[in-house]
Amino acid sequence: MGGSTRKSGRVKLSELAQTAQARPGMLREFWSYFRENTGAVIGFWVFLFFVVVAALANFIAPHGPVEQFRDALLFPPAWQEGGSRKFPLGTDAVGRDMLSRLLYGARYSFFIGLVVVVLSTSGGILIGLIAGFARGWLDTIIMRIMDVILAIPSLLLALVLVAILGPSLINAMIAIAITLQPHYVRLTRSSVMNELTKDYVTSARVAGAGLLRLMFVTVLPNCLAPIIVQGALSFSTAILDAAALGFLGVGAQPPTPEWGAMLADSREFVLRAWWVVTFPGLAILITVLAINLMGDGLRDALDPKLKRS
Amino acid sequence: MFGFALSRLLTFIPTFIGVTIISFAFIRVLPGDPIIVMAGERGITPERYQELLVQFGFDKPILQQYWNYLLGVLQGDLGVSFVTKKPVWDEFFTLFPATLELSTCAMIFALALGLPAGVIAAIYRGKFFDRALMTTALIGFSMPIFWWALLLIILFSGWLQWTPVSGRISVMFYFDDVTGFMLIDSLISGQKGAFQSAVYHLILPTIVLGTIPLAVIARQTRSAMLEVLSEDYVRTARAKGLSPFRINGLHALRNALIPVVTVIGLMVGTLLAGAILTETIFSWPGIGKWMIDSITRRDYPVVQGGLMMIAVIVMIVNLTVDLMYGWINPKIRAG
Repeated sequence: MGGSTRKSGRVKLSELAQTAQARPGMLREFWSYFRENTGAVIGFWVFLFFVVVAALANFIAPHGPVEQFRDALLFPPAWQEGGSRKFPLGTDAVGRDMLSRLLYGARYSFFIGLVVVVLSTSGGILIGLIAGFARGWLDTIIMRIMDVILAIPSLLLALVLVAILGPSLINAMIAIAITLQPHYVRLTRSSVMNELTKDYVTSARVAGAGLLRLMFVTVLPNCLAPIIVQGALSFSTAILDAAALGFLGVGAQPPTPEWGAMLADSREFVLRAWWVVTFPGLAILITVLAINLMGDGLRDALDPKLKRS
Repeated sequence: MFGFALSRLLTFIPTFIGVTIISFAFIRVLPGDPIIVMAGERGITPERYQELLVQFGFDKPILQQYWNYLLGVLQGDLGVSFVTKKPVWDEFFTLFPATLELSTCAMIFALALGLPAGVIAAIYRGKFFDRALMTTALIGFSMPIFWWALLLIILFSGWLQWTPVSGRISVMFYFDDVTGFMLIDSLISGQKGAFQSAVYHLILPTIVLGTIPLAVIARQTRSAMLEVLSEDYVRTARAKGLSPFRINGLHALRNALIPVVTVIGLMVGTLLAGAILTETIFSWPGIGKWMIDSITRRDYPVVQGGLMMIAVIVMIVNLTVDLMYGWINPKIRAG
């Protein structure tokens, strides 16, 4: 008994040494897979641009996001007749510079995506780990609760949650995180249950690893690949859903330059001022598309087994 | 097969109970007293307050309240709207045909374009058509549909003046609801131009609501087709000298459709969520617009009842798809 413990302990140590050596190689391998997918690389650069814009919005924006120019209401873009070079993408109905608002809007979208992904992954991983390790009645209860959440269309659930919590950007993010959570719970639980049948877990258990160590150090790192892919895709879902809530008037409140809320303001000018409508939506589409492209590439690179031809 | 169906039905019940608990809890976790909200800005006398408290059963213990609520739900009693004073159940079924009509058209649109596109993309895998189609599908999948709706309105209603901006039919026409489906009712009414008007009103909402399902179905059909095309029996069919049409259309597509059926089932939730946005933009008098209006009007019994009905519809569709899946794919039943 004692001998086998020592033996498995040794095996584990040498495994650790191997993974430690493998780290830089893994990153390079990941990049070489990722690079094969042209779309993913384009998506990555666009996303990087979006992050830089979000970070530097206050330096590159020509005007403030809520600054009003009363003598320049609904100016068309600079290249159209009646446009002004002072407002490259025109102004909205109360004379705010569209370009500046769009640049600041990137900040909100990035923030929304980040917060939602962090909230939903951390909660989902924790609950999924508990369900996967506990099995039995606790697992059943958790999974039934997740079924209930999944039975309600996510946008509707988010709307109702916001109706309870009150309309604001923070509440919208919490609501979206709750609607995305079940996906992480299911993913984590099923990979945990799969990993638990493997020998290395048994050996760690025999070596005397505690429950928390088994959960977070032994098993979790091996379940991360699908979760990371889901995380990338949730980032874009979060941006889309938050924009939809903003558009319906229960997300970010005016005068916040959030892209969805900007679109809501623009609805009455649909037939008069195309630029007020077109640009915020285009910004949402490009960002979401870039992230989805990147997510596809991540999936291919992290899980070559799933690689679609 | 019977055991499989039974086990699926058994997981349906706890989920249904969970949904009723959520919708029951909804009105009770709201900030503020529901009775004061209902009274509105006029306020309420203490006697009337007490009266309403008893009338709505808020004075009873919480478990008994839930039990009464559950019994009511099972008998089709979802409470009464604060605003219209009509039963929520009746309102739901008056408006539901509009959403069903729109969703059905969107699904037909998505299938009619998505299935052939996915099949052709798989056959010409890696070629220009495949790449162009998959790029388009990814764009469709990433589309903020409320913006897409506004763009289509600018183009088709603004510049080209082809389609109307809102509603289900031109105000010139009036006839009684028979089925609640405007396409059918307008035909029955026999009024000249009514059907045409209904169709024109349907076009843009159908495209908007069908866009994401279209993208998902095209992608799913393509990958299912690719998987099937590499199977041995397809190679055998080729070796036998069957025509490509017979191979692709008959042998491969039939088996490729199995995973696609599941995706279609999963799309119902997406459709109902999309209906909220689409109906709001096009002033389409269906369930989605009703929910949004009720949330902004704080008509909580409607939100509560609508939430439950929508969840139940999604659950019933998922159950049906699960059962169908077991029926067309015998491998599942055993597991």
